[in-house]
Amino acid sequence: MTALDVTVEQVWGWLGDVADPEIPVISVVDLGIVRGVRFEAEQCVVTITPTYSGCPAMQVISDSVSEALHAHGVEDVRIESRLAPAWTTDWMSDTGKAALKGYGIAPPVQQAIDISGLHAGIRRRAAPDVDCPHCGSPHTQLTSEFGSTPCKALYKCLDCREPFDYFKCH
Amino acid sequence: MDAKFDYLLRQGDNALILSQQLCQLVGKGPALEEDMALSNVGLDLLGQTRMWLTYAGELEGKGRDEDRLAFLRDAHDYRNCLLLEQPNGSYADTLMRQFLFDTWHYFLMDGLTRSSDERIREIAAKSIKEVTYHLRRSGDLVVRLGDGTDKSRAMMQAALDELWMYSGEMFIYDAVDNAMVEQGVAPAADLLRKQSLDHMAEVFADATLTMPAPDAWMQRGGKQGRHSERLGFILAEMQFLQRAYPGVTW
Repeated sequence: MTALDVTVEQVWGWLGDVADPEIPVISVVDLGIVRGVRFEAEQCVVTITPTYSGCPAMQVISDSVSEALHAHGVEDVRIESRLAPAWTTDWMSDTGKAALKGYGIAPPVQQAIDISGLHAGIRRRAAPDVDCPHCGSPHTQLTSEFGSTPCKALYKCLDCREPFDYFKCH
Repeated sequence: MDAKFDYLLRQGDNALILSQQLCQLVGKGPALEEDMALSNVGLDLLGQTRMWLTYAGELEGKGRDEDRLAFLRDAHDYRNCLLLEQPNGSYADTLMRQFLFDTWHYFLMDGLTRSSDERIREIAAKSIKEVTYHLRRSGDLVVRLGDGTDKSRAMMQAALDELWMYSGEMFIYDAVDNAMVEQGVAPAADLLRKQSLDHMAEVFADATLTMPAPDAWMQRGGKQGRHSERLGFILAEMQFLQRAYPGVTW
């Protein structure tokens, strides 16, 4: 099969099966990392954008995208990285958010992190109210602003007493 | 040296040296939460370093990528502010250094999102999201520990007094900075200084800490490559592998 037999829609569909290496229940498409798919002659060009600037998963994601397309017979693949507009959790799909929750990670509860200035509370971090992904209780508490990866914070549930990860707004 | 190349190195080197210092604390943080925070902040800064130094290398056009710029430059070619090479010290020192840097870093990135240089705008827009989170956290902890026990307050005040002389270098513009202002690349020093000092004053007041005089004499020289001997030790550790085994990869 040459790239000419493949449609952009098909590629999007295949990329929907490429899992994030850290959180395997969510695909790179549902995470909002894939910003574009196009063909330049025979070459398939996939544009991805980094989540956090230092996220070590980006190289793995890039490799996984190439491998997935190779597996579907698309031989000539180029991955482009694009910085702007900067990735935001607003781009995460509802499917992705539901998958996170099912996996035990509370999905982002607000819109993207507010960077509009001091008035927006840079000084005072008001921890968002996050429902426990295990028992659904709204009685939860932030225990650490950072978790196992740059994109997560640690919370604990005051009812079921379970700790959980919260995917931060970004 | 091209002014913009130099300016980009300053951004990259600030982030890189602080990142390297934070990484030295991995596994040694005073609490698990702090340990994770330090390594995550360090990781963010390392990512930002790559964006700045990659651009610097492309602009220079001599085939130096971010790795070559990071691992194969000597101390006198480094352009970080002296604040970032101050020792980790106690956790009060580490935290105060972070807060002084985060404050300035936040307002600088904010200014750079309106830079005349598109690539700089993009890097700043990416970075400021991370820096906002850093500043919220470090400011919050300065308040908690400043307005804490007698001991924590005394340690935070001592750290502030000790580090204060390194807090002004960021606002002392030289020919490189001024050239960037003239080209619309960088924000003006006066504005950056005012925004930063106002924010610091607010947080220190909440923290019941006494803010030293803003017009006190300030150390300078890092941006021009005149460093303390400590930078040499930091680089010796960071660059060892590439210096001992040039070009090694894994």
